[in-house]
Amino acid sequence: MIAAPKLEFAPILPELFLCGVAILGLLYEAMAPKAERLWHLALAFAGLIAAALATFPLWHWDGPSTVMRGMVSVDRFSVVSRLLLLGIAGMGLLFGTHYFARSGDAYRGEFYPLILFATAGMTLITAAADLILVFLALEILSLALYVLTGITGRRNSNEAAMKYFLLGAFSSAFFLFGVAWAYGATGTTGITAIANALAGQTGDQALALLAFVFLATGFGFKVSAVPFHQWTPDVYQGAPTPVTAFMSAATKVAAFLALIRVLDVAFQPLTWDWTPVIWVLAAASVVLGSVFAIAQSDIKRMLAYSSIAHAGFILTGLTSSNQIGIRAAMFYLVSYALMTLGAFGVVMLVSARGEEQTSLTAYAGLSKRSPLLAGLMTLFLLSLAGIPPTVGFVAKVGVFTAAIRAGHTSLALVGVVASVVAAFFYLRVIVLMYMQEPQGSFEEDRSLMPRVAIAIPAILTLALGIFPGLIAGILERASILRW
Amino acid sequence: MTDHLLTIVTFLPLVGAVALIVWRGAPDNSARSLAMLTAVVTFVVSLTILGKFDRADSGYQLVEQATWVKNIGLQYLVGIDGVSLWMVLLTTFLFPLSVLASWPVKTNVRLYMASMLVLETAVLGSFVALDLLLFFVFFEALLVPMYLIIGGWGGERRIYAAVKFFLYTMAGSAFLLVGILFLYSRSAGPVGHGTFDIQQLTTVAGSLPASTARWLFLAFFVAFAVKVPLFPLHTWLPDAHTEAPTAGSVLLAGVLLKVGAYGLIRFNLQLFPEASKYFAAAVSILALIGIIYGAVVALIQTDIKRLVAYSSVSHLGFVVLGIFAFTNQGVTGGILQMVNHGLSTGALFLLVGMVYERTHTRDLGKMGGLAVVMPWLTGAFLFAVFSSVGLPGLNNFVGEFLVILGSFAVNEWFGALAAVAVVLAAIYLLWSYQRMAYGPIHEEHSLLPDVNLREVLVLAPILALLLVFGVFPKLLTDRIDPTAQAVVAHVSPDHITDVGATGVVQANGGEP
Repeated sequence: MIAAPKLEFAPILPELFLCGVAILGLLYEAMAPKAERLWHLALAFAGLIAAALATFPLWHWDGPSTVMRGMVSVDRFSVVSRLLLLGIAGMGLLFGTHYFARSGDAYRGEFYPLILFATAGMTLITAAADLILVFLALEILSLALYVLTGITGRRNSNEAAMKYFLLGAFSSAFFLFGVAWAYGATGTTGITAIANALAGQTGDQALALLAFVFLATGFGFKVSAVPFHQWTPDVYQGAPTPVTAFMSAATKVAAFLALIRVLDVAFQPLTWDWTPVIWVLAAASVVLGSVFAIAQSDIKRMLAYSSIAHAGFILTGLTSSNQIGIRAAMFYLVSYALMTLGAFGVVMLVSARGEEQTSLTAYAGLSKRSPLLAGLMTLFLLSLAGIPPTVGFVAKVGVFTAAIRAGHTSLALVGVVASVVAAFFYLRVIVLMYMQEPQGSFEEDRSLMPRVAIAIPAILTLALGIFPGLIAGILERASILRW
Repeated sequence: MTDHLLTIVTFLPLVGAVALIVWRGAPDNSARSLAMLTAVVTFVVSLTILGKFDRADSGYQLVEQATWVKNIGLQYLVGIDGVSLWMVLLTTFLFPLSVLASWPVKTNVRLYMASMLVLETAVLGSFVALDLLLFFVFFEALLVPMYLIIGGWGGERRIYAAVKFFLYTMAGSAFLLVGILFLYSRSAGPVGHGTFDIQQLTTVAGSLPASTARWLFLAFFVAFAVKVPLFPLHTWLPDAHTEAPTAGSVLLAGVLLKVGAYGLIRFNLQLFPEASKYFAAAVSILALIGIIYGAVVALIQTDIKRLVAYSSVSHLGFVVLGIFAFTNQGVTGGILQMVNHGLSTGALFLLVGMVYERTHTRDLGKMGGLAVVMPWLTGAFLFAVFSSVGLPGLNNFVGEFLVILGSFAVNEWFGALAAVAVVLAAIYLLWSYQRMAYGPIHEEHSLLPDVNLREVLVLAPILALLLVFGVFPKLLTDRIDPTAQAVVAHVSPDHITDVGATGVVQANGGEP
């Protein structure tokens, strides 16, 4: 008699909840005569909370390190990743609800289920222990994001969605190709198994390196590292602002966390070979991201280039292929998520209806029209620029320390010089807001709810900047990958 | 409570700033008064530091230590020695005066005052921090309020000046950050965390190869040289000083530049003594170029504020020259000059601001004869000018004298050239006074009022100190000397001379 394989469902319960609730949301939209936004919001939040509740017990998981036949890994790394992503999704939902209430853009109830599907893909990718599952999760999150980008049906939005889809499909193909090479090189797609094969010299290291290059291309696209960044400005600008906020924060977090697992577990035996590749990607991203951002006249494009530079900073931390580097990168991702959500949240409110006022001139004299928004934006910009006492400073110190300790002092130098360049364009917005007179008349979005929502990342930006120890301990325990 | 004296002094202004930020819709006068109250209370509390300071001790005093971020070994570690003591007091002294001098600020008063108080906390924090990263946090944080003050309330080209100030300083400190993190990583093993404690890092830095230590010295040096500013990194200063509002200029010259000079003493000399000696000649030459260049450029200025700004470049050159002489007299003189320059240039900027508020011009060609309509104001100006040119009996004399004496001992040419600059200072300052105060008066200036009560309150304390420290320099040198000797002993043990700096002061009749 054949014993049925024992399946542990607890470690993927969060994803099951997310997908289940997403399907419920789709049904509600389809069945209800008049689907209400607030019910959608409540339902989606219920899904997020259920997923979070299902995640907490995994912190004390004492079962096997991978379940579902080596497909899903259960470690504290994935617990923290999930919680972070769920938090970002919650902010995205709040922003979206407000946006559709105000913008006048065509509203579609599928927004909520799509966010949940994307989140499910993101949380799954951070826990994936097999390259096949990484690819699957990548597709789940990408497809949802392609649709979200074009959800309002505006022309720009559609164009961005199309661009995102074409380039994204291309990069997915590269990724899949890389998976195939990895299988050819080592005879397996399991992340741990690849590492064992490479360490035990049973795998072909040259082929494995080729596989790494293709995988890195796929990841490079998702985290928008130079030279795979071309889609970023167009998509960030074209997508509805709440989607941009969600996408820029969550995609980067998810893709980087998955990349960490691939780099530091699967290809750990080849560290010496891949470090130069990451080094170059990091240096190119921080420099070109910062330089191109200077020339932008649209705040969403500017933040897009800044996100490219930040991808470079995170890669800087990853050149240190040890726990210090992982911890630094995780901290950077947390801080990046906070700053980006906050900054795009303000962008959404300044551009009162839809995407009308996203040019930098809309920020002239903002401190007079709305001191609160100007103050919040200043905080986020200073944090993005890495000025203490904000969380962005602590995060930068972390990744530079990791790089220097791994012997990459020159990369840290490139990084700090690029941050000075970056400070210039962040400052320019502050100059506009505080030191210039308003130009033309602008409609104000005075609603309270989104301001409260933006206050959450604002408070955390300051609190974690002054007391990074609040999460440093958790991240330290989460930065140990089980394999 | 007294155990946390430095913490209280450092963060009191921040409390006031937070109150101002939270108090939306505060009437302008309440905002001003609250800021003034905070600054005065901070000053009064800081005076108790003076009482607790043990003048015989050359080490760190009033040390407070607490773990801040355990995982990376970051500590909240503060303390003061003979250098930082005076820097702290100079800061707490100049801030109430600056707030009082800012009374005429009309726009966005609440934000302005809050920026001032945040700035005070950041500056004080930089002076008391004994943990390198903690220092860096304050050092970098002080950019933001200063940037806002220049850019928000400055003159016509304020935005250009503010951005230039910010980027120059940040570019310098970028290298400092890498230097700090490099030292940190050397203090750590392969796993676990290192330390940012400057005393422990001194040991770490001492064990580095000489070439590494020299690179690190340069990384630190660039950051502080921008701030001091040292030729050729000074170009942000004339713009920033000229465009800043009066109080901004006072604080820039009075305390912010001192953070740079202080950083050189505290970090460059302490961490890299060998490299400091290695680069001493080069740094001294840069300082000399700055001294002469600043003076010559000041000579040709027609904008009175710009003139005082360039005189700062010249005077700060003296400070660096003295410090890098590595003799007791030189270092003591350098530190003394830091305090004196803060007071006399602070006074000059205050007075320039008062003149500008009346005449609405900074162009010396459009002034003249002001001594007729405002004898008290121009009198005060002359007093500050005398102090700044180093007239014996006023504060600058002793410091400059010691610096020249100290650098003479190292290289006669250095001393001689520095002495020439003293003459140049007399020329440009007295000439500017002459163009402003004497000659025919412009018609539209003939009805201008003399100083009012508020301005008397601003000027009286600072002018009094110019005299007091001129007559009793021992008040300062007593507490500076042990630290200066320790610095010299650390960097250059063979340069300790029998004649202590205090001996010189006594010999020249400073002792009552």
